[in-house]
Amino acid sequence: MLAYAIRRLGQSLFVLVVMSFIVFLGVFAIGNPVELLVNPQADAIERERATAALGLDKPLPEQYAVFLAGAVKGDLGRSFVYNIPAIRLIMERLPATLELALAATVMGIVLGIPLGLYAGLRPDSTFARGIMAGSIMGFSLPTFWVGLVLIMVFSVQLGWLPPNGRGETVSVLGVPVSFLTRDGLAHLFMPALNLALFKLSLLIRLTRAGTREAVLQDYVKFARAKGLSKRRVIGVHILKNILIPIVTVIGLELGSVIAFAIVTESIFAWPGTGKLLIDSINQLDRPVIVAYLMVIVTIFIAINFIVDVVYSVLDPRVRLGGAAPAH
Amino acid sequence: MLHTLRIAAASLLAAVLAFNAGAKDREVSIGLQSPVTSMDPHYHNLSPNNSLLLHVYDPLVYRDANGKLSPGLAVSWKPLDDLTWEFKLRRNVKFHDGSPFTAEDVVATYKRVPNVPNSPSSMATFVKPIVETKIVDPYTIIFKTASPDVLMPSDLAAVDIIPKAIAEKATTEDFNSGKAAIGTGPYKFEEFVPNSRVVLKANYAYWGGEEPWDRITFKILSNPAARVAALLSGDVQMIESVPTSDIAKIGADKNFSLVDKVSNRVIYVHLNQWNDKSAPFVTAKDGKPLDKNPFKDARVRRALSIAINREAIASRIMEKRAIPASQLLDYSFFGTSKKLKPPKYDPEGAKKLLAEAGYPNGFALTIHGPNNRYINDDKIAQAIAQFYARIGLEAKVETMPSAVYFTRATKGDFGYMLLGWGTESNEQGSAMRSLLATRDPDHGMGVNNRGRYSNPTFDKQLTEALVTMDDKKRDALLQQAAETVMNDTGLIPIHYEVSTWATAKGLKYTPRTDQYTLATELKPAR
Repeated sequence: MLAYAIRRLGQSLFVLVVMSFIVFLGVFAIGNPVELLVNPQADAIERERATAALGLDKPLPEQYAVFLAGAVKGDLGRSFVYNIPAIRLIMERLPATLELALAATVMGIVLGIPLGLYAGLRPDSTFARGIMAGSIMGFSLPTFWVGLVLIMVFSVQLGWLPPNGRGETVSVLGVPVSFLTRDGLAHLFMPALNLALFKLSLLIRLTRAGTREAVLQDYVKFARAKGLSKRRVIGVHILKNILIPIVTVIGLELGSVIAFAIVTESIFAWPGTGKLLIDSINQLDRPVIVAYLMVIVTIFIAINFIVDVVYSVLDPRVRLGGAAPAH
Repeated sequence: MLHTLRIAAASLLAAVLAFNAGAKDREVSIGLQSPVTSMDPHYHNLSPNNSLLLHVYDPLVYRDANGKLSPGLAVSWKPLDDLTWEFKLRRNVKFHDGSPFTAEDVVATYKRVPNVPNSPSSMATFVKPIVETKIVDPYTIIFKTASPDVLMPSDLAAVDIIPKAIAEKATTEDFNSGKAAIGTGPYKFEEFVPNSRVVLKANYAYWGGEEPWDRITFKILSNPAARVAALLSGDVQMIESVPTSDIAKIGADKNFSLVDKVSNRVIYVHLNQWNDKSAPFVTAKDGKPLDKNPFKDARVRRALSIAINREAIASRIMEKRAIPASQLLDYSFFGTSKKLKPPKYDPEGAKKLLAEAGYPNGFALTIHGPNNRYINDDKIAQAIAQFYARIGLEAKVETMPSAVYFTRATKGDFGYMLLGWGTESNEQGSAMRSLLATRDPDHGMGVNNRGRYSNPTFDKQLTEALVTMDDKKRDALLQQAAETVMNDTGLIPIHYEVSTWATAKGLKYTPRTDQYTLATELKPAR
């Protein structure tokens, strides 16, 4: 287990360095940030001053070397636009994004798996057909459109929920969270639902397909024949066996929701990292783009590691680190 | 008895409700389009910052809603000779921390301006002409310049004054945290969350008198649909930059009112004249190179200008929130010529001019433009291409995000470039100097002349105008220069953008030419 973790860590560091280099090159190829940052009315001298102040007057390899030297010490550079350390800018927003992503994932799991199970066990009932039709809608309606409709209905027409922002937060262990206040929950509900919709549909379909396949397996028939209670057959024998693909998908989706909830965040003006990323790309704020992607890659690596560990718990045949089977 | 009690309870309830409503009345939320990047007034010369920080700080000179200069922290100013300006300062003004405002603060502020670390766009340009400063008494200050600087009061209108003690020590982070965000303005700093919101509270000791609001929250709502939804749901009471697609709907709704005003931004086209031989993306129709650069020929430039139906673009694409342009600023601004009219749509005339210039069968070109910078920029490019098809040109359109576009446009990668320009000085001289004067960046001439247009007669007229201190004479000289360059089609003006604001019922906003969104211009309608 330990050897496995160390090997994974080594691979991850390599991925991080390669990724930072590609992003560095990519932003350089897009354009010159000074063109966007400096006031158009400024003269040539001011342009040169700004270029030097941002460290863009040096050749690219030197800029990258300066970045790497800082990164080793944990300094990923200062935002060109805000003059705030990029990592601080990201960490200030990450709690908001994590909260939104987790809320959406929880919504997806709590609703998706039971609904999917039901649809898989009683595929011909009207309710199951309704669930499946609904899940197609959840797949195919674009997120931004659903978001706007939610705002139009719940904020503009009914006036029940606030249309944007994060609302009141309370600090838990130094991390500001909003789900513990009424105001915060009201702000959280719509964006989380908006974000959960796709995941919910995905989980419903996945769970249903898995269930339908599992109920026909011999071990389920045998369990039934043995006279086990229905609850035990479904909860232990079916659910546990179909859970592996579902855990994989939940892990992947959680990662992508944390990283790229851009559409939802901008429609609901949610002060998260997705909005920060898109603004930074538009402004060519390279330190923020690079730092952000490094944080995201780290999160992805962590999630994948956790998913692997969960596999080994769910399926005793899976051994971490490719160690030889016991017998 | 019961009846009386009921009445008493009802009136008490009514009083409580009225009290609550009263308290809420003095709070307002405003939805902004673009993020404010700092609370440091000298860190980033960016419109959203300059606009918002005017609530907290004051410059020496103000601009009114029409762009005219008016007294700010200076009560009057006059040139003593061609190289000397004298400013008389306002007495009895106090900063938010209670310290008095004097000439020392002005000097310390201007000293800080060029030296803000890591500034991505400093305000140094505005104070650079000052070579010597003399404090005559605490309320009189004299600035000496090396050459005549006609725009000094206008330039100083962009620089906010901070206390001496802060100017000497504070860092940009001190301003962002609020520790150093101390000015003389009508509102005080309360909270700044980058890219999310700015909260200000009233400064009851403001020298300009009482303001109608106790507390203002500015929310950054970059997504246009989200901004409109916030207004419709009552989450904010005013928004700027109403998307053109929602103008009709909001305009028809009795619960909201819409105001607009012509801005100082012109949308125009630069034609690449970097060399005589060829222009990028301009070829014969079969793709072969042309024998010379057609944009060097004034007849071709004029043909390309009169082939555009500006009225149609303004009414169809811009929903009437644009005014067809004849020069770089609307007639209401300084230094504009009333003799210049928007070129009349004349496709037949354009064909004739092209034939005269030696292109009876036209040629092929690509229209390049940004797609996220100006209002409906990509649609305007598409429309122009269609107008060109009617005069026998083969026009392709390629638009791209501004992050990519401007770098390439500056490098001269494009032949036909759609661009925009906001003239912050509100005087046509500075726009012509930056966009049309023969390029000489070391002397600040033609810094943004991405087409490399060059006309010695015009250069001479403009240079003379720029150093003429007398306003009336300068106006006449600027008009003459504008006529020369526009009759030669130095660039193709399309339209002036009209900025829009929408407010909830019961509020009245005085729209501004500089596109600033100021709570000081927002009043309860009576």
